[in-house]
Amino acid sequence: MALVDSELTKDIVRARIEGNRSDSAGAVFKAALVSCLVIVLVALVALIVSVAPAGLEVFSSRGIMDFLLRPFSVRPEKAGVFQGTVGTVTSAVIVALISFPMGVAAAVYLEEYASDNWFTRIVNLVIRNLAGVPAIVYGLLGFALFVKGPFSGLTGGTTLLSTGLTLSILVLPIVVITSAEAIRAVPASLREGGYGVGATRWEVTRTLVLPNAMGGMLTGTILGLARALGEAAPLFFMGAKTSVFSGGNWGELRGDFTALPMIITDWATRPAAKWNGNTQAAILVTLAVVLGINTVGIVLRNRFDRKK
Amino acid sequence: MSTVEPHSPTGLRLEDLAGSPTRNRTERLVHLALTGAAATSVLISVAIVAVLFRDAMGFVTSIRLGDLGDEIWNPRLGRFGVMSPILGTLWVTLVAVLVAGPIGLGAAIYLSEYAKPRVRRSVKPVVEVLASIPSVVVGYFAIRFIAPELVQRIFPGAPAKNLLVAGIAVGLLTIPLMTSVAEDALRAVPLNLREASYGLGAKKVTTVIRVVVPAAVSGLVAGLILSISRAIGETMVVFLAAGGVPTRPTSPLDGGTTVTAAMAAVATGTDNVAGASNTFQSAFFLGLILFAFTLTLNLVADRFVRRVRQKY
Repeated sequence: MALVDSELTKDIVRARIEGNRSDSAGAVFKAALVSCLVIVLVALVALIVSVAPAGLEVFSSRGIMDFLLRPFSVRPEKAGVFQGTVGTVTSAVIVALISFPMGVAAAVYLEEYASDNWFTRIVNLVIRNLAGVPAIVYGLLGFALFVKGPFSGLTGGTTLLSTGLTLSILVLPIVVITSAEAIRAVPASLREGGYGVGATRWEVTRTLVLPNAMGGMLTGTILGLARALGEAAPLFFMGAKTSVFSGGNWGELRGDFTALPMIITDWATRPAAKWNGNTQAAILVTLAVVLGINTVGIVLRNRFDRKK
Repeated sequence: MSTVEPHSPTGLRLEDLAGSPTRNRTERLVHLALTGAAATSVLISVAIVAVLFRDAMGFVTSIRLGDLGDEIWNPRLGRFGVMSPILGTLWVTLVAVLVAGPIGLGAAIYLSEYAKPRVRRSVKPVVEVLASIPSVVVGYFAIRFIAPELVQRIFPGAPAKNLLVAGIAVGLLTIPLMTSVAEDALRAVPLNLREASYGLGAKKVTTVIRVVVPAAVSGLVAGLILSISRAIGETMVVFLAAGGVPTRPTSPLDGGTTVTAAMAAVATGTDNVAGASNTFQSAFFLGLILFAFTLTLNLVADRFVRRVRQKY
């Protein structure tokens, strides 16, 4: 019989096709790609390791609550981040209250209402480019509008309210872009069903489009929020304090204030021997706030996704 | 369509089709409110441009233009050598792009072409965590780790704070942006291009380098340009790690300052936020330069991104 064992045939054919050479160029290329990822991973680990130890030591020797509840002090062992935490959390609330409704409204306009005319095209172009404007330029804008300019009577100058409004403007384009994407992902059949039973455009948007896009819109807002809270550059122009001041309690929107990234910036430039522990502890608090907000965003998104 | 008879057999009249007046009024009000929200973004950008121009012009008219050619940028002492921060920005951006470009691209190619879904699911969050770390933390990392453990070991004579340290840290911060834009571009390349390449007997490495990467090149260039724009606009890392030296840098190992860090330096110190002086206005002049740079780059990147969309 001329029948060859089928396994053997397969091996022979494979050897003929592949040749006996191993693919060394491919292996080198793949190793290079993997090493790129390894570098990112190593950098991240090095960052966490170089940031954590002295901070944890401050937490364990003083107690986390002591560090969280004390205000500024000229003595490192007494200085805490209470005023900075108040500033960061309060400005987060202001940003969420302003940029979420505004951003979603603009996104609904662009995706559900706008026809393709010059106004829509300008808005689209402007929003895409606003997202790329450096944060510190928003600091200049906030200074000219809220600290010194036409709205300074309302905000009281260098205050938390000015900061919240400025950061809201900074986050707005991110919210609009991600919300528009979430709205675009809602299937057209859903809208057509709504219009088919005689609903108006707003009724379709309110009852069908927005609930289905809510997950994506919340994620976008929260990612923007996390970016705004970690951002220190605009705070330079908002007059955030870096030295001892009275006040900075909950609910003081129009008084002196500071924020966590500003505290880190200032402490990082002080003599390391005395202030290193405090700087690292402040970094850990900031990372906890930023990653905490991210986690809230992910939980919310999952809840809305499950409802769908 | 024929007009509806006033007394049609169904009893339907023209007014019945017009909808309820309350619903129509709500609809009009909502439309107006949403248009207003969209118009706000236009107002914001008009305000940015107006504010920057107004105060930058105030600054330019208050100095002698020859002063801009000075060797030193120190507005408090009346030294307005704008080339010092601009050269600093160029060095930092160059280093950052040399770091973020290859590493970001390599990571993107791996994630898009090589990684199994399970690996991708566990590796991608790592890159995203890096993206969510505040830049001031990366700045601290730069002065406490990158400077002593990396740069000063390789270049023992270098000052602790210099443009190279800042550039490496900015590059680290830019990697996630480069990776995500590049990965999107690579994944947008249709599968049949890859299959055609394999069908002709090409190896994986050949397929990736000769087929997939060239097909995605517009998106990759867009990612690179966006990274440059991001690096130019980064403030905190440079403020902490570049040294704030006001002279013109001749190499990346010099201490220096950048356009962004010089703006921040103008605003530090509580006394200065009061300012209507031309010291303070110089921040708006630098802001206008920065805005012009990044806007141009973003517009160019936008062109490239849209070219990808049109092709596939």
